Amino acid sequence: MRSPLGRAIGLGSAKEGVEHWWMQRITAVALVPLTLWFVIAIIGLVGADLETMQNWVSRPLPAILLVLLLIAIFYHVSLGLQVVVEDYVHAELAKLGLITAIRLLCFAFAVAGIFAVLSIAVGTS
Amino acid sequence: MRPADRPLSPHLQIYRWQLTSVLSILHRATGIALSAGAILLVWWLVAAASGPDAYEGVEDFLGSWLGLLLLFGWSASLFYHLCNGIRHLVWDTGHALDLKSVYVGGWVVVGATGVLTLIAWVAGISRWVS
Repeated sequence: MRSPLGRAIGLGSAKEGVEHWWMQRITAVALVPLTLWFVIAIIGLVGADLETMQNWVSRPLPAILLVLLLIAIFYHVSLGLQVVVEDYVHAELAKLGLITAIRLLCFAFAVAGIFAVLSIAVGTS
Repeated sequence: MRPADRPLSPHLQIYRWQLTSVLSILHRATGIALSAGAILLVWWLVAAASGPDAYEGVEDFLGSWLGLLLLFGWSASLFYHLCNGIRHLVWDTGHALDLKSVYVGGWVVVGATGVLTLIAWVAGISRWVS
């Protein structure tokens, strides 16, 4: 008993595409300077021993930038891989499982990386 | 539902290869490759936090031929995804969407990827030998 318009309203968008699109761009913009800094920093660390590397991570600026880099990377990775899965995996259960796994793994890797940076920076290792 | 039972639109092998589609596929492929590279970054950091033995494991792996090959692939992927990502961001503002700009931008991305990868490895190797 609903009008054609009433039935169509709300069917088009899942109401979350804009958020996904927008965060993919924001993390992309953040990653431009962060990855360039990281590449230059890594070249500077070529041939460095563990102590040199730990001293570098312990300095405030590298530590902060590494944490920001890890957040931006794994946010961007989870958004990007989600689109890949949505494009190629059409079985509902497999799609749900893969996207869940991607989300959880990205979160776990980000936490692991951030913890490692912080533990080096505060000198508990 | 079996997909083969219904008419399908022409698939990839029907079309002639062109710069635009190749770069688009490469953007996705390098993105997937870089996702794996991000795990290496975490492994490197966690190993450095864990101590000398774990860190030596990362160093041995990265110094091996396989490790160097992966590093080269990841660095080229990073520069490509970075440059082409900037091209995408420009498109998102509504600029450079005409056919000529799309091709010019595409070749600029290919050139920049090559130059940046070369500069990074020359800088890295010269630091290694010095």
